Amino acid sequence: MNAPDRSAPDPHGFLRGRERWRPVEALPWLIAIGAFFALPDYMILGTQVITMIIFALSLDLILGYAGIVSLGHAAYFGAGAYATGMLSAHLGWGEPISGLLFGGAVAGLVGFVSGWVLLRYHGLTLLMLTLATAIMLQELANVLEVWTGGFDGLLGMEFTPLFGLFENDLWGHAYYWYALAVLAICFLFARRLVHSAFGRTLVGIRENTRRMHAIGSPVHWRLVTVYTASATMAGLAGALFAEINAYVTLDVLSFARSGAVLIVLILGGTGRLYGAFVGATVYVILEDELAKASPEFWEFGVGLVLVLVVLFFRGGLLGGLDSAARRLKEARS
Amino acid sequence: MTPALEVRDLCRSFGALHVARNINLALAPGARQALIGPNGAGKTMLVNLITGALKPDSGAVFVRGEEITDLGQAARVKKGLARTYQINQLFRELTVLENIALSVAERRRRGANLLQPFSRNRETVDEAAQLIETLRLGDDMLKPIRELPYGRQRLVEIAITLGQRPEVLLLDEPAAGVPSTESHIILEALDALPDNIAILIIEHDMEVVFRFAEQVTVLVGGAVLVEGPPAAIAKDEGVRAVYLGEHEHG
Amino acid sequence: MNPVLNAAVSILFDGLAYGMLLFIISVGLSITMGLMGFVNLAHGAFAMAGGYVTVSLMNLLGVPFLPALGGAFVIVAAVSMPIERLIYLPLYRAGELDQVLLSIGVVFMAIAGATFVWGSTPPSIRMPDFLTGQVDLGFKTFPAYRTFTIGVGMAMILALWLGFERTIIGAKIRAAVDNRAMAQAVGIDVDRLFVVTFALGSGLAAMGGGLAIEIVGLSPPFAIQYLVFFLIVVAVGGLGSIRGAFVAAIVLGIIDTAGKYLWPDGGAFFIYAAAVLLLLVKPWGLFGREQT
Repeated sequence: MNAPDRSAPDPHGFLRGRERWRPVEALPWLIAIGAFFALPDYMILGTQVITMIIFALSLDLILGYAGIVSLGHAAYFGAGAYATGMLSAHLGWGEPISGLLFGGAVAGLVGFVSGWVLLRYHGLTLLMLTLATAIMLQELANVLEVWTGGFDGLLGMEFTPLFGLFENDLWGHAYYWYALAVLAICFLFARRLVHSAFGRTLVGIRENTRRMHAIGSPVHWRLVTVYTASATMAGLAGALFAEINAYVTLDVLSFARSGAVLIVLILGGTGRLYGAFVGATVYVILEDELAKASPEFWEFGVGLVLVLVVLFFRGGLLGGLDSAARRLKEARS
Repeated sequence: MTPALEVRDLCRSFGALHVARNINLALAPGARQALIGPNGAGKTMLVNLITGALKPDSGAVFVRGEEITDLGQAARVKKGLARTYQINQLFRELTVLENIALSVAERRRRGANLLQPFSRNRETVDEAAQLIETLRLGDDMLKPIRELPYGRQRLVEIAITLGQRPEVLLLDEPAAGVPSTESHIILEALDALPDNIAILIIEHDMEVVFRFAEQVTVLVGGAVLVEGPPAAIAKDEGVRAVYLGEHEHG
Repeated sequence: MNPVLNAAVSILFDGLAYGMLLFIISVGLSITMGLMGFVNLAHGAFAMAGGYVTVSLMNLLGVPFLPALGGAFVIVAAVSMPIERLIYLPLYRAGELDQVLLSIGVVFMAIAGATFVWGSTPPSIRMPDFLTGQVDLGFKTFPAYRTFTIGVGMAMILALWLGFERTIIGAKIRAAVDNRAMAQAVGIDVDRLFVVTFALGSGLAAMGGGLAIEIVGLSPPFAIQYLVFFLIVVAVGGLGSIRGAFVAAIVLGIIDTAGKYLWPDGGAFFIYAAAVLLLLVKPWGLFGREQT
């Protein structure tokens, strides 16, 4: 190793700095804990927000980092939800944590198989294939009525208390912490992943797939790996959804759900992990407020915001915040 | 001696357009060979055929005596075959450092490591820093590619390929688009490469060709017209005709 | 007539009518996607708009059905032009993701807007007498409206074929779908071509939307309900291929109709499965050209 020039930038320090935890990263967790004490009556909504964050986070791994555009990510959310639900409803296995892991594993398997096939394609073909795969699964769930309950939904799930102690109470308190813990684990995993060498190669694939091939990267396997991880995470979100509601309908696999998670992530900002947090919080809370009061207004608003974000604020809310902060800094100096 | 790179009877056509006709080529270890020819002669196509970006209709490619014709691009890279692109192929949102470190990390097979922070790959980063120094990119190390002028990007293009520590290096017009004030950096970097690397360089600038190459292959219409040392090529009537012909057509 | 054969002919006929409808709506999407490379998920919104324009012209202004269809074509085509210039144009060179998101946004706004203006209950229109009842084609009688739809579809295919093969603008569009850079280089105003094609495609979709009222019904979610079918027609047929869109639409229409008769619960699964398989084997569709 040669001694680095003192005046030159330090590559090691720079890369370490990227990975270091910043104080502001404590914020979402503090808010989540604070919300429990400040807004105890809103914990069911809070749990919905967290579930959506996990789902959006899973999409960010493939979309924000690897650049895979999917119109069918609900396939894995739904696979997880149905797997956990059927385990309880048909086999009577109601222990929530193992049920959750089972849901994640099944979704991961579905993700691995479909990813292995689909990720050989790009562009419009891939877009169509992701869309068609999710809808195909939805139709399959519809046909397999005996197992899935078909159009009427899957009923008859029963889950035992968490650790044998905490019931899913009417206020959703126990499950709020449960969901938050699942989110924390998923987030830690995602954060490690994107800061690893593997994570850098994903960005490389997003930025220039051709060059990645030329530097000897096994592009297809890298994509299949991240797709499987993402599907597993989406499956965990779906499983959580099933356990919270003890009810699963075909809607978990719908195009509307695939679209919603895409919108959430775009709204928050892609390729930055925290975009999922911001997007999901804003979207789920606004939806809860507006969608019931005036569905047309809500739908029109979502559409308008989407158009505006794409045309003018491509970075989403967090991207906008970033550039505002930068401008402020420049104005000061 | 086994050639570092050997191309045997390589053919490829798109419909009626023959981009490669029975091309034969051999580079000894440490060779410094130039590939020249008028526009549309099939030079970049030949590079694509050798690296596996394009499949040949017939013929074979060998690296150090081992046939690689049926291997994919990534597998060929692992055999020691690397290339640069005529038009930059970079990771625009990543910094110069990351662009090069990514290449080194892939060569060192660190890319599948899912959970270890990237900065822990100290040797990879050191090696990238070394390449950055060789190509004098130190000042721009922490800038994203999109903020760099084209000429500087060109240096990153080469650094990424050198990060593969190739045994056979295919350079597709490395100095194209680089301001003359900086082209010497590229030439010096090439001069500094280990002697045992076999290099095939596509270049339009005859000065560069004569300075760098020991052997020149002239490609016309997808076929090898003539091959020989630079001095002989300069005197060759056929080559002159081709180049003069091109000039006449503009 | 033998009852099995009778049922088979009925299914074939209904499927053909449905397929024609899919073709009329999807062909515009195929051409614009082939020409501009724009993933326009809002195409169904133009069909939905066409349906409502038809309804409004008939029920509010008392325009007869056929002129109302023409009106839907003209009005929606005209309205689509400024939309193309203002919203779509900036994103022609953007990635698929941006185009997908933008057009999803447009669909949402369209559905919400339509619900606001026309409500969510499906409207009804009064068909002219010659389109109600049955027509006797000699060996069997068929519903008049479906016969009419098939006729319109045939006329459209002929008109499009003539338009593309025999007119200058058709030749220009074909050239631009084939190789946009080359078309530009030889002096074709590709930009203007985009507007014209977009308007034509939207107008056709609008007419299809009007025709669809009697067959599949009309409500604001129409814009997204059938989107997957339109996209499958385009992807399976091959981008920018009129012939491909036609074949794919007819096959899809017949299979879907047959599925609904024979296996009401599970037919759709096989359509999606077949589409996925076909795309896996032929990523560029039946008649598409390989894109790079």
